[in-house]
Amino acid sequence: MTAAAEGAPALRPAQSRRTSLLQSESAQGFALISPTFLYALVLLVVPILVVIAHSFWTQNYLTIDRTFTLENYRIALTEPIYRDLLMRSLRISLLVSFFTVVLAYPIAFYISFHGGRHKGLWLFLITIPFWTSYLLRVMSWKVILGYNGVLNSGLLGLGIIDEPSTALLYNTSAVVITLTHAWAAFAILPIFVSLEKIDRTLIEAATDLGDGPLRRFMRVTLPLSVPGIVSAILIVMIPTVGDFVTPRLVGGKDGVMIANAIQAQFGKGANWPLGAALSVTTMAIVTMMAAATVLIIRSAARLAR
Amino acid sequence: MSGLRKILSNWLPAYAFLYIVFLYLPVIFLPIFSVNTSASPKFPLSGFTLKWYEELPHTPALLDAAWNSLMVGVSAAILSTVLGICAARAITRYRFPGRRTINGLLMAPLVLPEIIVAVSMLLVMLQLGLSLSLVTVVLGHVLVCIPYSLSVLTSGFEGFDRSLEEASADLGESAFGTFRRVTLPMVAPAIISSLLVSFTISLDEFIMAFFLTGTESTLPVYIWGQLRFASKLPGVLALGTLLLVGSFVLLTLAEILRRRAARRTQNTGGVFA
Amino acid sequence: MPERSKSERPMIEIAHVTRSYGAFKALDDASLTIREGEFFSLLGPSGCGKTTLLRMIAGFDNPTSGSIAVDGQEMLGIPANRRPTNMVFQSYAIFPHLNVEQNVGYGLKRLRLDATEEKRRVEEALAQVSLTGLGKRGATELSGGQRQRVALARALVMRPKVLLLDEPLSALDKKLREQMQVELRRLQQAVGITFILVTHDQYEALAMSDRIAVMFGGKIAQVASPKEIYQRPVNRQVADFLGGMNFVKAEIVEENGASMTVDTLGFGRVKTDKPAAFVRNGKAATLGIRPERLRVLWDDAKDKHEVAGTVVDRHYFGEITHLIVDIPGLEKPLSVTETNNFGADDIPVGAPIRLAYDPDALVAMAD
Repeated sequence: MTAAAEGAPALRPAQSRRTSLLQSESAQGFALISPTFLYALVLLVVPILVVIAHSFWTQNYLTIDRTFTLENYRIALTEPIYRDLLMRSLRISLLVSFFTVVLAYPIAFYISFHGGRHKGLWLFLITIPFWTSYLLRVMSWKVILGYNGVLNSGLLGLGIIDEPSTALLYNTSAVVITLTHAWAAFAILPIFVSLEKIDRTLIEAATDLGDGPLRRFMRVTLPLSVPGIVSAILIVMIPTVGDFVTPRLVGGKDGVMIANAIQAQFGKGANWPLGAALSVTTMAIVTMMAAATVLIIRSAARLAR
Repeated sequence: MSGLRKILSNWLPAYAFLYIVFLYLPVIFLPIFSVNTSASPKFPLSGFTLKWYEELPHTPALLDAAWNSLMVGVSAAILSTVLGICAARAITRYRFPGRRTINGLLMAPLVLPEIIVAVSMLLVMLQLGLSLSLVTVVLGHVLVCIPYSLSVLTSGFEGFDRSLEEASADLGESAFGTFRRVTLPMVAPAIISSLLVSFTISLDEFIMAFFLTGTESTLPVYIWGQLRFASKLPGVLALGTLLLVGSFVLLTLAEILRRRAARRTQNTGGVFA
Repeated sequence: MPERSKSERPMIEIAHVTRSYGAFKALDDASLTIREGEFFSLLGPSGCGKTTLLRMIAGFDNPTSGSIAVDGQEMLGIPANRRPTNMVFQSYAIFPHLNVEQNVGYGLKRLRLDATEEKRRVEEALAQVSLTGLGKRGATELSGGQRQRVALARALVMRPKVLLLDEPLSALDKKLREQMQVELRRLQQAVGITFILVTHDQYEALAMSDRIAVMFGGKIAQVASPKEIYQRPVNRQVADFLGGMNFVKAEIVEENGASMTVDTLGFGRVKTDKPAAFVRNGKAATLGIRPERLRVLWDDAKDKHEVAGTVVDRHYFGEITHLIVDIPGLEKPLSVTETNNFGADDIPVGAPIRLAYDPDALVAMAD
């Protein structure tokens, strides 16, 4: 009675099928993504390669001389004005990412651990200011920090100061404050996401094993949220270095950044190759700085355990 | 231990409140000074007026800029959403080599200094001899919007159970019918949300527009031009207030739709998740 | 399961179906015939190829080679939406944007029935799965059991030739699962459609099916009725998968067509049926006996067939007790399942014990 298999129906000629579904699946996936991919390729990758190429060329009035030279990089790295601008931009973006992340962490923590049912509402509340016109937000800070501004007139009215302070506007700190505000949402959200991903029983386990609130935060929550901190830093530090609106509006002489110089080379200065070299240099250095920061944070997290 | 917990639980809400104040501080002054009679924004306020708003419709340059922004925003939103749908569908549905790399490339504009993306595109446009116009602005905006569209759409598509489409096919529906009756209704909120988010981004985007536009300006470019004149400030604040309200309405709508989509696909996660 | 008069007409013919992913074969030369009106189960551990086979019948996957026919019609090249099969998905795949009625009526829309006929069929399907009155309920407001019923109604309303069920009960809790087993079986008998159930739960397969195919590593190991599969497994793997089995080493004395005689150390000389899949490998063979087919002999009770040993361990399970009995000559102690009616739970560890057995319960099998 028992049979390993029923008598099989007569074998029909085996049809040759596509050899592997995997192959056809990758082909379909690739075909579907190709329009978007090509768009990014043509309008992002190619332009960046063109910029890199330009950075090795020179410009004679309106014609581009395509002989290879490192002259632009020599200027970008050794001319005091560009060197100083670059150093200042790096310092500002380092400060901005530091303050943004340090200020953002507690709020992300609060929403994730104490937000309860209103987490979505909190996040929405936080993203709204970020969606308002960037130019106007910067402008608004100018209004707040200015000589006749909100802060000064407020402090004067309260009798805390006798005459308006000039220390608030047109300097590096004005730039740092404005940018810290501008990038807040970009820091809060990745940190929040990484905190949300932490399995709450891990924290209960740490408590069960005798850790108090501070210790379990240092030993469990903080190390596990490092990926969020890292992406927050990357997402804030690199773009910040290329801002030219904030320095122009609230930075004054002391707040000018490298992006203003890049803008000048593509605008009035009309020296594309030098502008290109400045762009490439800025990108390369800020990427290295971000990578170094990430490495430091990761190894610090490893040591803290 | 309980003392520390007490400090923590009291300290955090207070901090959260102060942080929200810090976030909203600059936003709040826009509407306040836009209805102030004095042309220079300072306290105490000098009186209530709507004249700055009344002047807005009588500024032809502003109306042109608004119309341009609308055109650019709608085109950029549609283009980036269509490109986003292709990419998000490919990423969530298929496995193929280079999937992560391509995803990284598409998200790159989010972490690149915008000025560098802008000048790169500018160089290429000029090299190709293309004249700068609103079309080039749209091209740039699409690039900036794709990461946002992709995030919204990926989070909308991700929880989508593939067996729903299989169930539809199993019940006799054709591929197109399945798309129309199952896939589209399920992901429609994510698509609309992507349209709204990219439109809002395009509406507010300045740097790309500044570099890539020809003679026509978009609203932010127009505002940038006005910022040089102190006397024009209240008008700009009034315009900014209107933009703020507009953005707020669009984004609230986008968020409601995204949540509805997330509930459908049993998935949570926003623009950044 | 009571035998019913059933059509012998083949409904599904699977011939030499292989499905490979590169070097890996999810399904390896599987052949199988499923009859009209049969409740058929594909049983096996995860990764054995049972779901792959089911999805090929539905049209969601294609064989690398081989053929699949439904009701005499070759299915290869016919897309899933044109096949006379319908499926109940493991996740149920209830359309979340539609209510119960719209879910059930989803496939009918394609048939362009008139509105009253469509409504009547939806109502009828809902009644079949005892969901009458819940038509307007939203898909997200349903319990697990209700979702399962909607999925069932949605497939049945199409009046398929074959209903495919992919682990339909695995998401339900134990009590509901047992209730649904009975209901599914009753439903199948009422509608008379061929049901193919994929499951990894041997009790589910035994309780519900007319016949079962047991699968391992992409191959079909045995196809038979539940009783046959349980009592006469073709090899150790099948025996093990369907519940506890004591294995006893044996030596072949004589082979005679469909039967053979073997010698064992514990049970002496035994004459037994020879399984069709049995491949002789020298003189070695394996005999198996289920733990419940060994019976404790109390006091002076005698039996024609008995073995004696010592209790080495005891596990209490409420209505039954599991005894581990060491028999001199056997390399492994025997597992014995005894009801607690007579005090099996009081037998002390270390006590001498005698066990009776029916020689018919000793079955020969391939390794």
